[in-house]
Amino acid sequence: MDRRKSLKSILLGGVASGLAVHGCNPKPEATTEETLAVNKYAYGRTPKEQEAIEELLSETFFKEHEMTTIAALCNLILPAEDGLKGALDAEVPDFIEFMVKDIPEYQPTLRGGLMWLDHKCNTEFDVEFIAASEDQQKSVLDTIAFPDITIPEAERPLEIQFFSLMRNLTLTGYYTTKIGIDELGYKGNSPNVWDGVPEHVLQQHGVSYDEDWLAKCVDQSKRGTLAEWDENGNLLT
Amino acid sequence: MQIIENSTVYDVIIVGSGAGGGMATKILSEAGLKVAVVEAGPYFDPADPEQMTQLKWPHESPRRGASTVRPFGDFDSAYGGWEIEGEPYAKEEGTDFKWFRSRMLGGRTNHWGRISLRFGPKDFKRKNIDGLGDNWPIGYDDVKPYYDKVDKLIGVFGTNEGLPNDPDGFFLPPPKPRLHELFYIKGARKSNIPVYPSRMSMLTKKINNDRGVCFYCGQCSRACQVYADFSSGTCLIFPAQKNGGQIDLFVNCMVREVTTNEEGKATGVSYINKEDRKEYKLKGKIVVLAASACSSARILLNSKSTQHPNGLGNSSDIVGKYLHDSTGTNRMAFVPDLMNRETYNEDGVGGMHVYTPWWLENENLDFPRGYHIEMWGGLGMPSYGFGFNVNDFNSFFGLPVGGYGNGLRKDIKKYYGSVIGMAGRGESVAQKDNYCEIDPTKVDEFGVPILKFNYKWTDHEIKQVKHMHDTFEEIMHNMGGEPLGGKPGKDTNYGILVPGEIIHEVGTTRMGDNKKTSVVNSYQQLHDVDNVFIVDAGPFVSQADKNPTWTILALSWRTSDYIVEQLKQQNI
Repeated sequence: MDRRKSLKSILLGGVASGLAVHGCNPKPEATTEETLAVNKYAYGRTPKEQEAIEELLSETFFKEHEMTTIAALCNLILPAEDGLKGALDAEVPDFIEFMVKDIPEYQPTLRGGLMWLDHKCNTEFDVEFIAASEDQQKSVLDTIAFPDITIPEAERPLEIQFFSLMRNLTLTGYYTTKIGIDELGYKGNSPNVWDGVPEHVLQQHGVSYDEDWLAKCVDQSKRGTLAEWDENGNLLT
Repeated sequence: MQIIENSTVYDVIIVGSGAGGGMATKILSEAGLKVAVVEAGPYFDPADPEQMTQLKWPHESPRRGASTVRPFGDFDSAYGGWEIEGEPYAKEEGTDFKWFRSRMLGGRTNHWGRISLRFGPKDFKRKNIDGLGDNWPIGYDDVKPYYDKVDKLIGVFGTNEGLPNDPDGFFLPPPKPRLHELFYIKGARKSNIPVYPSRMSMLTKKINNDRGVCFYCGQCSRACQVYADFSSGTCLIFPAQKNGGQIDLFVNCMVREVTTNEEGKATGVSYINKEDRKEYKLKGKIVVLAASACSSARILLNSKSTQHPNGLGNSSDIVGKYLHDSTGTNRMAFVPDLMNRETYNEDGVGGMHVYTPWWLENENLDFPRGYHIEMWGGLGMPSYGFGFNVNDFNSFFGLPVGGYGNGLRKDIKKYYGSVIGMAGRGESVAQKDNYCEIDPTKVDEFGVPILKFNYKWTDHEIKQVKHMHDTFEEIMHNMGGEPLGGKPGKDTNYGILVPGEIIHEVGTTRMGDNKKTSVVNSYQQLHDVDNVFIVDAGPFVSQADKNPTWTILALSWRTSDYIVEQLKQQNI
C-alpha cells in the first residue's frame, strides 16, 4: 500500500477497508503508479538535477509515527470541511517530507517540535498527540499557534517556531497544488492577451487609467501586424 | 597529456554565447566569416520540451519552485548560480562579492529581467559632470545608430518621452499597467516622482516571422518557448544559423586561455571539454572574448606567455581593475487598498510594466550618480513561500496573528495581491581598487586558476542607497501602504546589497584611448594585441543607472562591424 494512502486512511478511518478491497483488484495498478512517479517531476531538469530529485524521493526522513503526527497537524491547520478540500487531499504531508530533505535546516525544528508535542500531550493528558482528542489537541496548539511577531522569529521558543513552520509549509503545500490554486482563484499561467485591469476592478480600488497613458499602450488588435517605424521612431503600424 | 588540436582555422573564435557573444556570432557569421562559438555550458533551447520550464505549475516541482537548487527558483531557466560545484571563487578578507554565472547557450540572457535601457549622453561623460571616475572615449552619438539597430532587430517595448538622459528609440508599444502599478503611479506622482512605461525586450507586437508575440504568462525568467523575449540563443544565434552562417558551436567547453605566437598575436584558444575532461585547442585568426566581464578578465590573466608575462592585454596592469556592479536595495509594503481582490489573469509580461528612471539633479544631493526604481506585485502564481506568515498583516488591524483552521483560508484570500515591492538600481563609481585577480593558490575542477574578488562599496553608494529607502517610504506612504520589515539603518549600510548581487558587473577590461590606463580601445580591441576583442561588459568605463545588456548588444555590433571592416582592409 502506498504510504500516502495509508496515512490518509489512518487519519480518516474507514478508508482502509476500501483500500483492502482495492488491493484485490487484479489490474496491474502498481505498474501504472510507478511510471507516474518517475514522470511526475519532468519539468526541464538537467540530468544532474533529475538525479538529485530521485535521490531525495528515495530517502525517508520522518518515521511512521512522525508522519502520522504531521498529517494530524496538517488536518488541523487546513481541514476538509464545508465542501472544501483539506491539506490531506492535497498530499501536504508528502510535500513536507520532501522539503525537510531538500532543506535540511528544517529538520531539528520539525523533529524537535513533534517530540515537544508528544511530551506536552503525555504530560497533560497521558497520551501522545495523535491519540489525544481533538479538543485536547487544539488546547495544546492554542499555546503555540499565536506567535508574538514583535520578537524576531529565531528568538521565539522552539515549539512556536515549529508550529509557524508547520503552518507555513501546510499553506504553501496546499496552495501550490491544483486544488489550492483553484480555490485561490489564480487565473494565469496560460496564454492570453493582457489588455488592462477590468473597469469594475479599477472602481473597486478607486483608481483609473490616464487617457494619455492608454494612448501609448499596445493596440492588441494589431499585435500580429509587423512593426514598422518612421525614421524618428514613430510606430507606423 | 597531449593537447588535441582541431585542424580547422576559424576566422573568428567567440568565447561565450550571452548577449555580447550572440551578437558577435550573428554579425560576423552573416558577414560570411567562419565562426566558432565556445560555450562553457550545455546547449539550450527554451522550445525543447526536455528543457522547458515555462507554463509549468508549481506542483510539477517537488519543492514547488523553492530556490534550493536554482537560486532564482526551481523554474528559473539559468543553469548555474552564485555557487557552482567545482568552479569556486575566492574573496579577499573583509571584502565581499557575489558572482552569478549561467552556464548554458545564451548565458545569462535566458533568465534576466529584460529591462533594456539605452545609456544616455551624460552616462558616457560622467567625469565631465561630477569629476569622478573617467569618461568613455566614445559618446552617445557613436552608439546611437547601434542602439537603433538593436531595437529594430530584437524588439523592445517602451515610449518616446524626449527625456534628456533616457533616449528615445524604436519602441514597440508597452502593455497597460496592472492594478498595483496604478497604485505606484499614484504614489510616486504625489511626490513629483515621474513614472513611465517600462522599456523591456518582449515582443508586444510582431517583429519578424521567426519569433512569436508575447502571450503574457509573466514568465520571461523561465525563457520563452515562442521566442517572444530576448535571449541570445533564440534571437541571435539560432537566426544566424538559420541564415546559413558557418557557425560551429562548442558547448560544455570551458576556455582556459587565449593562445599566442612568438609575435604575441593570438592564435586561438585552449579549452577543456567538460565531458571528457581533456584539453583541446582551436585555431582562429581573431579571438572575441564574450565570457562576461569577470570570466574574460580571468581568461586574459590566465593567458600568460613570454610575450605577455602579466597576462594577455595586461601591460597596463588594468585587467580586473575597476570592477563595478549596480547598487541595489529593496523594500516591500502592504497596501490595505489592495486587499480583498477579485482575481483575474494579470500575469502580463515578466516584470514591471512601468518604472521610474532617475529624475533628480545631484547638486542638491549628498551622493553622485542616480538610480532607477523598479517595482513588482500583483496576483502572481503561488510558488514555494506562498502563504508563509499568512496573516502577519492582521497586526496592522489589531487582530491576532497565527492560528490554524479554515479561518486561514480567508486570510489567504484577503491579503492575496496586497503587497508591492520596490527596488532601486543605481550607478556606482568605478574604483581602481575594486578588482578581481587570479588566486594562484587555487584552481577549479578543470585545473584553471580561479578568481579572487576584492570589492568594497564607498560612501557614494551607501548614501545613494539611503536615499532609495527614503524615496521608497515616501511613495509607500503616498499609496496608503505600510512599509514592511523595518527600514535598514546605518548599521547595515542602509541595506545595500552585496557587490555583484545585481548581476550588472562591468569594467574589468575598460575602454580608453590611453593604453597605460585602459585595456581596450574604443572599438573594444586590446591595446596590446590587435586580433583580440572583448564584447561583454568588461570594456564599460562606467555603468550608468541602466541595465547593461542593451549597451553590450550595441557595442558588440559596433565592434563586429569594425572587425569586418578591418579584415576587408587587411589590417588584422
